[in-house]
Amino acid sequence: MPEEKLSCVKPAKGPVVSTPVQAADSSEPNVGKGVNKLMAKVGKPAPDFEANAFVNGGFSNVKLSDYKGQWLVLCFYPGDFTFV
Amino acid sequence: MAAVAARYPELQALGVQVLAMSCDSRFSHKIWQEEELSKMVPGGVPFAMLSDAGGRIGEIYGVYDEEAGVDIRGRFLIDPDGIIQAMEVMTPPVGRNFSELVRQVQAFQHVRATGEATPAGWTPGKLTLTPGPELVGKVWKVWNPEMDK
Repeated sequence: MPEEKLSCVKPAKGPVVSTPVQAADSSEPNVGKGVNKLMAKVGKPAPDFEANAFVNGGFSNVKLSDYKGQWLVLCFYPGDFTFV
Repeated sequence: MAAVAARYPELQALGVQVLAMSCDSRFSHKIWQEEELSKMVPGGVPFAMLSDAGGRIGEIYGVYDEEAGVDIRGRFLIDPDGIIQAMEVMTPPVGRNFSELVRQVQAFQHVRATGEATPAGWTPGKLTLTPGPELVGKVWKVWNPEMDK
Protein backbone atom coordinates (compact mmCIF):
# COMPACT_ATOMS: atom_id res chain seq x y z
CA MET A 1 0.00 0.00 0.00
CA PRO A 2 1.50 3.40 -0.96
CA GLU A 3 2.25 5.61 2.02
CA GLU A 4 -0.36 8.34 2.23
CA LYS A 5 1.11 11.83 2.36
CA LEU A 6 0.72 13.16 5.88
CA SER A 7 -0.81 16.57 6.25
CA CYS A 8 -1.45 18.71 9.31
CA VAL A 9 -5.19 18.47 8.99
CA LYS A 10 -7.11 15.52 7.68
CA PRO A 11 -10.86 15.77 7.27
CA ALA A 12 -13.01 13.13 8.92
CA LYS A 13 -16.77 13.13 8.78
CA GLY A 14 -17.35 12.82 12.52
CA PRO A 15 -20.94 11.68 13.13
CA VAL A 16 -22.43 10.23 9.95
CA VAL A 17 -26.08 11.21 9.67
CA SER A 18 -27.93 8.96 7.27
CA THR A 19 -31.30 10.69 7.47
CA PRO A 20 -30.97 14.43 8.05
CA VAL A 21 -33.33 15.58 10.75
CA GLN A 22 -35.86 18.01 9.36
CA ALA A 23 -37.13 20.47 11.86
CA ALA A 24 -37.08 24.15 10.97
CA ASP A 25 -39.65 24.44 8.22
CA SER A 26 -41.65 21.33 9.04
CA SER A 27 -45.29 22.14 9.69
CA GLU A 28 -45.69 19.25 12.12
CA PRO A 29 -44.34 19.75 15.58
CA ASN A 30 -41.18 17.71 16.00
CA VAL A 31 -42.36 15.87 19.05
CA GLY A 32 -41.25 12.37 19.86
CA LYS A 33 -39.47 11.84 16.57
CA GLY A 34 -36.31 12.91 14.89
CA VAL A 35 -34.86 14.83 17.78
CA ASN A 36 -33.20 11.92 19.53
CA LYS A 37 -32.50 9.92 16.39
CA LEU A 38 -28.79 10.40 16.77
CA MET A 39 -28.39 9.62 20.44
CA ALA A 40 -26.70 6.45 21.58
CA LYS A 41 -29.16 4.15 23.37
CA VAL A 42 -29.01 0.52 24.36
CA GLY A 43 -30.97 -1.72 22.01
CA LYS A 44 -30.63 0.83 19.18
CA PRO A 45 -28.08 1.06 16.37
CA ALA A 46 -24.82 2.70 17.40
CA PRO A 47 -24.62 6.07 15.62
CA ASP A 48 -22.06 5.76 12.84
CA PHE A 49 -19.01 8.02 12.62
CA GLU A 50 -15.70 8.48 10.88
CA ALA A 51 -12.66 9.71 12.78
CA ASN A 52 -8.94 10.31 12.35
CA ALA A 53 -7.03 7.50 14.01
CA PHE A 54 -3.62 6.34 15.05
CA VAL A 55 -3.63 2.65 14.17
CA ASN A 56 -0.89 0.05 13.70
CA GLY A 57 1.78 2.72 13.99
CA GLY A 58 0.30 4.85 11.22
CA PHE A 59 -2.50 7.28 10.54
CA SER A 60 -5.78 6.54 8.81
CA ASN A 61 -9.47 7.24 9.15
CA VAL A 62 -11.67 4.69 10.93
CA LYS A 63 -15.40 4.24 10.37
CA LEU A 64 -17.57 2.52 12.95
CA SER A 65 -19.64 0.80 10.26
CA ASP A 66 -16.49 -0.94 8.98
CA TYR A 67 -16.73 -3.12 12.10
CA LYS A 68 -20.20 -4.49 11.33
CA GLY A 69 -20.26 -8.25 11.72
CA GLN A 70 -17.93 -8.15 14.73
CA TRP A 71 -18.37 -7.53 18.43
CA LEU A 72 -16.89 -4.17 19.29
CA VAL A 73 -16.05 -2.22 22.42
CA LEU A 74 -15.95 1.54 21.95
CA CYS A 75 -14.12 3.27 24.82
CA PHE A 76 -14.18 7.01 25.34
CA TYR A 77 -11.60 8.46 27.75
CA PRO A 78 -10.84 11.99 28.93
CA GLY A 79 -7.44 12.41 27.39
CA ASP A 80 -4.02 11.11 26.53
CA PHE A 81 -1.54 11.40 29.42
CA THR A 82 -4.28 11.38 32.07
CA PHE A 83 -3.81 9.22 35.07
CA VAL A 84 -6.26 6.34 35.38
CA MET B 1 -6.34 2.52 28.47
CA ALA B 2 -3.25 0.61 29.51
CA ALA B 3 -5.44 -1.68 31.63
CA VAL B 4 -7.53 -2.58 28.60
CA ALA B 5 -4.41 -3.04 26.49
CA ALA B 6 -2.83 -5.40 29.03
CA ARG B 7 -5.86 -7.72 28.99
CA TYR B 8 -6.72 -7.25 25.32
CA PRO B 9 -5.98 -10.94 24.52
CA GLU B 10 -9.03 -11.89 26.63
CA LEU B 11 -11.23 -9.79 24.36
CA GLN B 12 -9.48 -11.08 21.26
CA ALA B 13 -10.25 -14.63 22.38
CA LEU B 14 -13.93 -13.64 22.42
CA GLY B 15 -13.65 -12.10 18.96
CA VAL B 16 -14.07 -8.55 20.23
CA GLN B 17 -12.50 -5.52 18.54
CA VAL B 18 -11.64 -2.39 20.53
CA LEU B 19 -11.69 1.27 19.53
CA ALA B 20 -10.43 3.94 21.94
CA MET B 21 -11.48 7.55 21.48
CA SER B 22 -10.66 10.90 23.04
CA CYS B 23 -10.66 14.50 21.87
CA ASP B 24 -6.88 14.41 21.40
CA SER B 25 -5.39 14.47 17.92
CA ARG B 26 -4.01 11.36 16.24
CA PHE B 27 -0.56 12.90 16.68
CA SER B 28 -1.05 13.08 20.44
CA HIS B 29 -2.17 9.44 20.44
CA LYS B 30 1.05 8.47 18.68
CA ILE B 31 3.29 10.21 21.20
CA TRP B 32 1.32 8.88 24.19
CA GLN B 33 1.68 5.39 22.77
CA GLU B 34 5.41 5.75 22.13
CA GLU B 35 6.39 7.68 25.27
CA GLU B 36 4.17 6.12 27.91
CA LEU B 37 1.74 3.33 27.00
CA SER B 38 4.40 1.20 25.34
CA LYS B 39 6.36 1.39 28.61
CA MET B 40 3.39 0.22 30.69
CA VAL B 41 2.32 -2.58 28.37
CA PRO B 42 4.68 -4.52 26.11
CA GLY B 43 3.97 -3.42 22.55
CA GLY B 44 1.69 -0.62 23.71
CA VAL B 45 -2.00 -0.30 22.89
CA PRO B 46 -2.79 -2.87 20.20
CA PHE B 47 -6.01 -1.28 18.98
CA ALA B 48 -6.94 1.88 17.05
CA MET B 49 -6.96 5.20 18.92
CA LEU B 50 -9.44 7.63 17.43
CA SER B 51 -9.64 11.39 17.53
CA ASP B 52 -13.01 12.92 18.39
CA ALA B 53 -12.35 16.41 17.07
CA GLY B 54 -14.52 18.92 18.88
CA GLY B 55 -16.34 16.21 20.79
CA ARG B 56 -18.91 15.83 18.00
CA ILE B 57 -18.98 12.05 18.31
CA GLY B 58 -18.92 12.09 22.11
CA GLU B 59 -21.86 14.47 21.98
CA ILE B 60 -24.15 11.91 20.34
CA TYR B 61 -22.87 9.16 22.65
CA GLY B 62 -23.73 11.33 25.65
CA VAL B 63 -20.17 11.50 26.97
CA TYR B 64 -18.96 14.91 25.85
CA ASP B 65 -18.40 17.35 28.71
CA GLU B 66 -18.74 20.80 27.16
CA GLU B 67 -17.27 22.65 30.12
CA ALA B 68 -14.11 20.58 30.17
CA GLY B 69 -13.99 20.06 26.42
CA VAL B 70 -13.33 16.33 26.81
CA ASP B 71 -15.11 13.02 26.43
CA ILE B 72 -15.65 11.48 29.85
CA ARG B 73 -15.16 7.77 30.41
CA GLY B 74 -17.78 5.82 28.47
CA ARG B 75 -17.76 2.24 27.30
CA PHE B 76 -20.18 0.89 24.69
CA LEU B 77 -20.56 -2.78 23.77
CA ILE B 78 -21.79 -3.08 20.18
CA ASP B 79 -22.97 -6.39 18.68
CA PRO B 80 -22.26 -7.68 15.15
CA ASP B 81 -25.48 -6.06 13.91
CA GLY B 82 -24.24 -2.66 15.07
CA ILE B 83 -26.68 -2.53 17.99
CA ILE B 84 -25.52 -1.10 21.33
CA GLN B 85 -26.09 -3.85 23.90
CA ALA B 86 -24.50 -2.21 26.94
CA MET B 87 -23.06 1.11 28.00
CA GLU B 88 -21.26 2.40 31.06
CA VAL B 89 -20.50 6.08 31.58
CA MET B 90 -18.40 7.35 34.49
CA THR B 91 -16.96 10.63 35.70
CA PRO B 92 -13.19 10.82 35.15
CA PRO B 93 -11.58 9.92 38.52
CA VAL B 94 -12.80 6.31 38.63
CA GLY B 95 -11.35 3.79 36.23
CA ARG B 96 -13.19 0.89 34.64
CA ASN B 97 -13.45 -2.73 35.75
CA PHE B 98 -12.19 -4.82 32.89
CA SER B 99 -13.46 -8.09 34.37
CA GLU B 100 -17.02 -6.81 34.28
CA LEU B 101 -16.63 -5.93 30.62
CA VAL B 102 -15.49 -9.47 29.83
CA ARG B 103 -18.40 -10.90 31.84
CA GLN B 104 -20.88 -8.78 29.92
CA VAL B 105 -19.39 -9.80 26.58
CA GLN B 106 -19.70 -13.46 27.56
CA ALA B 107 -23.27 -12.99 28.73
CA PHE B 108 -24.40 -11.07 25.62
CA GLN B 109 -22.71 -13.58 23.35
CA HIS B 110 -24.45 -16.41 25.21
CA VAL B 111 -27.82 -14.69 24.94
CA ARG B 112 -27.30 -14.03 21.25
CA ALA B 113 -26.37 -17.65 20.58
CA THR B 114 -29.08 -19.31 22.67
CA GLY B 115 -31.95 -16.88 23.19
CA GLU B 116 -31.73 -17.59 26.92
CA ALA B 117 -31.52 -14.90 29.57
CA THR B 118 -28.76 -14.62 32.15
CA PRO B 119 -29.63 -13.77 35.78
CA ALA B 120 -27.74 -11.20 37.87
CA GLY B 121 -24.04 -11.92 38.21
CA TRP B 122 -24.12 -14.70 35.62
CA THR B 123 -20.84 -16.13 34.48
CA PRO B 124 -20.29 -18.92 31.94
CA GLY B 125 -21.44 -22.30 33.27
CA LYS B 126 -24.01 -20.84 35.64
CA LEU B 127 -27.75 -21.28 35.37
CA THR B 128 -29.59 -19.44 32.61
CA LEU B 129 -33.31 -18.77 32.32
CA THR B 130 -35.56 -19.39 29.34
CA PRO B 131 -38.29 -16.76 29.47
CA GLY B 132 -41.79 -18.12 28.84
CA PRO B 133 -45.29 -18.24 30.32
CA GLU B 134 -44.39 -21.15 32.63
CA LEU B 135 -41.60 -19.17 34.28
CA VAL B 136 -43.75 -16.19 35.26
CA GLY B 137 -43.88 -16.00 39.05
CA LYS B 138 -41.78 -19.15 39.30
CA VAL B 139 -38.28 -17.78 38.99
CA TRP B 140 -37.90 -18.32 42.74
CA LYS B 141 -38.08 -22.06 42.16
CA VAL B 142 -34.99 -22.11 39.98
CA TRP B 143 -32.96 -19.05 40.93
CA ASN B 144 -32.17 -16.92 43.98
CA PRO B 145 -29.58 -14.24 44.75
CA GLU B 146 -27.51 -16.67 46.83
CA MET B 147 -26.60 -18.40 43.57
CA ASP B 148 -24.83 -15.22 42.52
CA LYS B 149 -22.23 -15.69 45.26
